[in-house]
Amino acid sequence: MAESNAEVAVIEIDLGVLEGVFELYPPDTDDLIGLLGEAQDACGYLAPEVLEAVAEYTGLPWARIYGLATFYGRFHLEPRGRHSVTVCRGTACHVRGGKRVLAAVKRQLGVEEGETTEDLQFTLESVACLGACALAPVMVVDGTYYGKTNERRVEAILRSYRRESE
Amino acid sequence: MRTISTADELAQWRSDLQGAADAEKRCITICGGTGCTALGSPQVYDAFATEIKARGLTETVGLKRTGCHGFCERGPVVVILPEKFFYPSVKPEDVPEILDRTVLNGEVIERLLYVDPATGEQIVHDPEVPFYAAQTRLVFQHNGELDPIDLADYVLRDGYAAAAKALTAMTPDEVVQEVLDAGLRGRGGAGFPTGLKWRFCRESEGQPKYLICNADEGDPGAFMDRSLLEGTPHAILEGMIVAAYAIGAQHGIIYVRAEYPLAVENTMIALGDARAAGLLGDNILGTDTSFDIEIRQGAGAFVCGEETALIASLEGGRGMPRPRPPFPATHGYLGKPTNINNVETLANVPLIILNGAEWYSSVGTEGTKGTKIFALAGKVRNTGLVEVPMGATLRQIVFDIGGGVPPGREFKAAQMGGPSGGCVPAQFLDMPIDYDSVKEIGAIMGSGGLIIMDDNTCMVDMARFFMEFVQAESCGKCVPCRLGTKKMLDIVTRITEAGGNPRTSTNLSGSPRSSRSARCAGWGRRRRTPCSRRCGTSGTSTRSTST
Repeated sequence: MAESNAEVAVIEIDLGVLEGVFELYPPDTDDLIGLLGEAQDACGYLAPEVLEAVAEYTGLPWARIYGLATFYGRFHLEPRGRHSVTVCRGTACHVRGGKRVLAAVKRQLGVEEGETTEDLQFTLESVACLGACALAPVMVVDGTYYGKTNERRVEAILRSYRRESE
Repeated sequence: MRTISTADELAQWRSDLQGAADAEKRCITICGGTGCTALGSPQVYDAFATEIKARGLTETVGLKRTGCHGFCERGPVVVILPEKFFYPSVKPEDVPEILDRTVLNGEVIERLLYVDPATGEQIVHDPEVPFYAAQTRLVFQHNGELDPIDLADYVLRDGYAAAAKALTAMTPDEVVQEVLDAGLRGRGGAGFPTGLKWRFCRESEGQPKYLICNADEGDPGAFMDRSLLEGTPHAILEGMIVAAYAIGAQHGIIYVRAEYPLAVENTMIALGDARAAGLLGDNILGTDTSFDIEIRQGAGAFVCGEETALIASLEGGRGMPRPRPPFPATHGYLGKPTNINNVETLANVPLIILNGAEWYSSVGTEGTKGTKIFALAGKVRNTGLVEVPMGATLRQIVFDIGGGVPPGREFKAAQMGGPSGGCVPAQFLDMPIDYDSVKEIGAIMGSGGLIIMDDNTCMVDMARFFMEFVQAESCGKCVPCRLGTKKMLDIVTRITEAGGNPRTSTNLSGSPRSSRSARCAGWGRRRRTPCSRRCGTSGTSTRSTST
């Protein structure tokens, strides 16, 4: 039991992939957001050791890097699921029932916003606005936009990703 | 890719393109904007591509993925040129029939036509659809016909002619004066005269100077900047070239939201093409002007739309605003003179330079010239992007273009200006909209998000929704905003849970006023509006729908 838990929870991060990221940015770059974004894309999430590596590379205090990682919504300090589910909580989505869609996704996945399912399949997030207001309520799974969603469609959409994973 | 080293070569290329263009050739255009993409336009495009190839029609029939047509509600939108046959909501299985009958024989397929919900009438041509017919499309004129990632397609439609004119036939001061005379005001929300902003930066001491295009379209409900960057990225680049020439900047940055992947992708391609053609870089069009642009992506923080926060973010810091003055015009990015303009503002610039200030200022109201793009969403039949002259009324936008609220429902209010804006109730439906008139009734124009609410929408719930939003997005720097929004959210939440009393409402309207001046962000000062503009204007509806 303990073993299988460990298998799920511990994710090995290969810090070697950061070399490729660092090649794109000089150590004195002011585009730290771009650098952190690329680092996150390469490593999956911004684990403490990733932040440390970035701090070391740029010569900036760890706290400064951590401060950035916690300020911006796009950065994640926890492991991410295989599929990323983003539900819009913008105004247009809100007046067309976005809250119910978000509730349905939460119910389906059994997680709250910002959390990842235990099997590391899905990470749920909400976003201020996806800018696809004409199709409200909107959700995005792995970059694919789903417009005019409702509780029933949510179920079908998530099911298709689940099947794909299996 | 052609390399253009003088203005004459650009003009020559355009006339070559015009000579080669066959106006009679049938061309299928499919909207490739985010909205239509979500509704399945890539599948429709692929179906057309496969079918055209299978039938050996590649030479005789054109196929083009365009920018956003604006009518997102009815996506995927297909328009067949030159007749402009308009087919909304097309499915891949409709493709063979469209090819057989419309493309090859010029026949109209009745079952695919748009039916005007107001009259029940079928509409054949794109410009006759009421959604488009009632608009004045200047900034958006090419959005639905251009291939966003084809430089030649843009050049063909007078693309980069304004940049050529400014750089070769006008002095920077003349450019500034032209924009000032045109009466262009910043479309990002504040409505500050663009020419004046340019002049401040031009006259600032210090080198280098920076030009930033603010594409951090954070206001929920606004998506015109996304659509412009996705649909006509070259127009934004051209606007930036003109602006950079006017203020004397060599470096440009487009700061775009990470939530807009397609806008980033298309802008990147456009940048690469413009650079390869010699329209960006050193000695543009053989002049002394050198200017290049880089793209920086935001990372999901609403506050970064505010210019000092945006600069902090670009400099690699937490995106927190700082008090102004000093203004970015003197102390901006890296402490250097910096001019920041919104995407839509920059998209207006080529029009002004090309057609002149007089032409431009003939559209609009006394105080606000030109057009404004509104993002129409919420409880309205035709959602999408709508461009109207400044001074159009809410009734024209919501009812004539938007088709009104869903059947059987009643218009209650239009939320304008994003979270720090306000709700405009039905009594102001006939008021001409411009920066000044909207301010007078206590809302703000903002970036043009227009979310329609009907009698099913609870205004107190909306107030809580916005308080939740501003509370979550408060950057935490200034106490009044950080703690004030929390307190206000608590109070509004209590009201929605039927725990309010006369004192709670007094607390709500009084408490934040004392601390307005203590906040950095301009929009932070407007924190109170989500509550006052909602609870204040719709007491009756509160009772009927919420409690």
